[in-house]
Amino acid sequence: MAEFERRHLLAGLAALGVGACSRVGESETASSIVDTAESWHREAHRALAGRQRLAPEFDRSQVSPSFRGNGSLTVDTPEYRAELANGFPNWRLAVTGLVDRPLNLSIETLRALPQRVQVTRHDCVEGWSAIGEWTGPQLSTILDAAGVRPEANFVVFRCADTLYGRRYYESVDMVDAYHPQTIIAHQLNGENLPEKNGAPLRMRIERQLGYKHAKYLTGIEAVASLDDVGEGKGGFWEDVADYQWYAGI
Amino acid sequence: MRHALSTRLWHWINAAALVVLFMSGLTISNAHRRLYWGNYGFAPEDAWLHVMRFPGWATLPMFRYDLAEARDWHNTAAWLFAVGLLAYWIVILVNGHFRRDIAAGPRAYTPQAVLGTIRGYLTGENRRAEKADYNPLQRIAYAFVLGVFLPGMVLTGLAMSPGIEPAAPWLVEAFGGRQSARSFHFIFAFALLGFLIVHVAMVFVAGPVKTLGGMIVARSPKDRAHG
Repeated sequence: MAEFERRHLLAGLAALGVGACSRVGESETASSIVDTAESWHREAHRALAGRQRLAPEFDRSQVSPSFRGNGSLTVDTPEYRAELANGFPNWRLAVTGLVDRPLNLSIETLRALPQRVQVTRHDCVEGWSAIGEWTGPQLSTILDAAGVRPEANFVVFRCADTLYGRRYYESVDMVDAYHPQTIIAHQLNGENLPEKNGAPLRMRIERQLGYKHAKYLTGIEAVASLDDVGEGKGGFWEDVADYQWYAGI
Repeated sequence: MRHALSTRLWHWINAAALVVLFMSGLTISNAHRRLYWGNYGFAPEDAWLHVMRFPGWATLPMFRYDLAEARDWHNTAAWLFAVGLLAYWIVILVNGHFRRDIAAGPRAYTPQAVLGTIRGYLTGENRRAEKADYNPLQRIAYAFVLGVFLPGMVLTGLAMSPGIEPAAPWLVEAFGGRQSARSFHFIFAFALLGFLIVHVAMVFVAGPVKTLGGMIVARSPKDRAHG
């Protein structure tokens, strides 16, 4: 850990002691402390669980009676309505950025790839959980097909939905991008993905909270840095409300 | 009572961390005000408890709802709390404070011992006595707080983390599922609040100058006068 970070941490610990004042939370020192704490969490999780350890998978009999939709519940455009009514014949998933072979994949193509089926628990940052069975190709299959270049450090998920007038997006690093349970789901509980859960495609990032699981997916982009994506914090909620980019806690 | 430097240091760091954790925890509770048993839960009919909305003066950040900031406070103070608790446990096991002063053997749990202590509080006898060691009720209370509720907060907190679960799925199972862990986290937090209220009340009953002095500089003013 860099020396200046340690100093910030000590200053912050002192601040905790002298009073839990909200203004402390807005200072630059405080934000560097919470980011440090967050990166410790991420590093501790990665050290304990390794890169490939799986989130628990449940039996099909354990799925919850319904699966709540949260955040965007639809894409509010006539084009989306028409696609939804017709089974998404023209929907495409674009694979772009730092790849050797950019791809443009139809839903049919994604369905024809080797599929992973996983019954997992979805944990919302708000506190609730739901269990569902997800079906789709692994992101790693698609990244390998596109030939991700070594300089790529992150994968950005582009979405069709908007919230507060902004386009939703999310991102993960290569550890989570290549995790075996990171899939592009097109089915929930054996049916085509419902509208409120992100039809026709959504991400599953099983070792992180729900806001990382981008819905209404239109694109996958390999990038070296997140600085020039959105406002640079790596995701919609990260930009809008300062949510932590690493959502494993 | 004189307290070792390790006890005084940990006591105040822990107190500060707990205040931050509790108040930011109330904001996190406000984000979804229902508790469930088992692994999943989101519908009102699944809930075993509908939690009140905690008022702005009790939450962190105060007087505004900001889940991201509350989680930052919570997950940062959690390091201080968890690492501090682990360090304190190691110290009191090594220096004998736990075995000598806190460990409550079977004799502490007898109705006679407990009733005798309560009688002592009611008659004021406990207050007058300059006791060098903890009475049976204090031993039971401190043993439960140190041994059950404080570590319980850490373990149930870890069990709610989707990044920890792949490393320790048994931890989540031990509590009966992620939503059960969340419920226990809430229950333990309020058990600790209950302890805090009684604890502070007892400080006033026993004489705040003497007890606070003991926890700050290890000796009461009287000790100093004599020393």
